[in-house]
Amino acid sequence: MKLTTIPQRLAADSFVIDEDESHITVDQELCRSTGTDKVLIAVCPAGVYQERDGQLTVDYAGCLECGTCFAVAAPGAIQWHYPRGGYGVNYREG
Amino acid sequence: MTNSGGPAVDFDVAVVGAGPAGSVAAYRLAKEGLSVVQVERGVTPGSKNLSGGVLYGRVLDDLLPGYANEAPVERKITRHVTMLMTKDSAVALDYSSRLLCDPVNAVTVLRAKFDPWLAAKAEEAGAFLMTGVRVDSLLTEPGPNGAPTVVGLRAGDDELRTRVVIAADGVNSFLARSVGLTTTPPMNQLAIGIKAVVGLPRRTIEDRFALSDDEGAAFAIVGDCTLGVGGGGFLYTNTESLSLGVVLRLDDLLRSGHGAAEVFDHLGQHPMLAPYLRDGEIREYGCHLIAEGGYAMVGQLAMNGMLVAGEAAGLTINSGLVVRGMDLAIGSGIAAADAAAEAIAKGDISKSGLAGYRRRLEDSFVLQDMRTYARAPQFFERPELYGAYGELAASILQSTYSLDGTPRKHLARVARQALKTSSVKSRRLLRDAVAGVRSL
Ligand SMILES: Cc1cc2nc3c(=O)[nH]c(=O)nc-3n(C[C@H](O)[C@H](O)[C@H](O)COP(=O)(O)OP(=O)(O)OC[C@H]3O[C@@H](n4cnc5c(N)ncnc54)[C@H](O)[C@@H]3O)c2cc1C
Repeated sequence: MKLTTIPQRLAADSFVIDEDESHITVDQELCRSTGTDKVLIAVCPAGVYQERDGQLTVDYAGCLECGTCFAVAAPGAIQWHYPRGGYGVNYREG
Repeated sequence: MTNSGGPAVDFDVAVVGAGPAGSVAAYRLAKEGLSVVQVERGVTPGSKNLSGGVLYGRVLDDLLPGYANEAPVERKITRHVTMLMTKDSAVALDYSSRLLCDPVNAVTVLRAKFDPWLAAKAEEAGAFLMTGVRVDSLLTEPGPNGAPTVVGLRAGDDELRTRVVIAADGVNSFLARSVGLTTTPPMNQLAIGIKAVVGLPRRTIEDRFALSDDEGAAFAIVGDCTLGVGGGGFLYTNTESLSLGVVLRLDDLLRSGHGAAEVFDHLGQHPMLAPYLRDGEIREYGCHLIAEGGYAMVGQLAMNGMLVAGEAAGLTINSGLVVRGMDLAIGSGIAAADAAAEAIAKGDISKSGLAGYRRRLEDSFVLQDMRTYARAPQFFERPELYGAYGELAASILQSTYSLDGTPRKHLARVARQALKTSSVKSRRLLRDAVAGVRSL
């Protein structure tokens, strides 16, 4: 089996991107001070969280909506809910 | 609409979620003649859902006889393999039987195909399905017994008034949490499942897994496939694809320092699986949380005007050999529907009026099985299961099969010697074996 990169895998998935609204917001300060930033980068299977220039970046468009980030984050470090109805990932296999 | 006095409502019951729990509840309620709205945030039912995919569907067959011949199911499972895996070896229990085929015991499903079929059954029965609508919050009012009563739901600017809400909104149930029926589970009660659907020709699958026609195989794997992280791997056959994935307990994943995708990639490249996966193409990649807390996770299931069903209520079982959630979701959907109908008929939708829900779950396989496996989650917190035990088994078999010219020893000697060089203490092994037999 050819193990493609995560971006390649996401490109093969189907998404309806909500251009107006992100369903994820992070508190940079809290993420850093609690170490949540490192944890999020490690646990997200879609690579939504990355570090760039000392900031935690969030590519919400590639979110697979599992909620793992929300389950492991320090209280208040991130806000995460489901995208608005009809937006986000659309599994064709599941 | 059933009239039982009370305030004017838009629907008797609102079901949130079009997974197996929600669709079965909506189907059952509509069949009983109640007015039902089913609200699903995905553009189509199943578009947000992902599972390993083995449905132990006898409970569905009771509700919709012959479902396996009509529904979009992939393969009928006739072969179960449980495998302990090390870096370079695999020790497996391999069971196949024609008896699993007639009557059909389990089938593989792909949720984006299966869930729309089940939701359509509810629609045909008269439920009103709204897709692409995210329920944002519950409408509550102070109840007669002091506690709040759920009287409907809000989605954007729209409100729907109902007598009973059934929250079948899955593992992250924001609705149940919003009214304090459940809380965010601790990390040892949640696992992340990461899965790829790997395309392969039908005949290739049948040849590689030793299957004929529409038969299927389900491999459950523990050990090196997760880099030692608590959880396991799975490899299930669909008609023209494989479902390949890992399930990783969050507390142990964090402790390990491994990335979730890193563990998945390790499984995808594992030499012991390579012959099964060769030339396969990743068609879809996804992930989803799983409730892994077992019976300890099941809390309040009802409040005034609301019931919680399926994985929102923590109803899943992992016995090591089988992973179950869909069948329990279906069982609880049936119980929730019947309890809601009963409460509405007698005009008492208070928590005590809805108490028939828990009673039905207790009387059915749902809570009985949850109880039987109550100690399984604790059993699976033993780190040896994901490393040392597999290595021990592999080393015993290695010494048994590898005739390297040294004089042979009896199996008992080989095992004793392997134990001596392993990090496992024999007393520990014995204790864990007893615990395993008791918990599983
Ligand atoms: C990797 C993995 C492997 C698994 N393997 C198996 C297996 O082999 N066998 C098995 O039986 N089980 C398996 N499970 C478990 C099984 O998938 C679940 O237990 C089952 O899907 C639960 O059904 P449900 O109806 O309760 O919830 P779900 O199927 O999760 O459905 C919930 C629905 O509610 C919708 N929803 C949520 N919130 C809202 C909202 N606010 N508004 C509107 N809609 C909303 C969702 O979009 C979704 O459609 C597995 C799970 C995973 C993740």
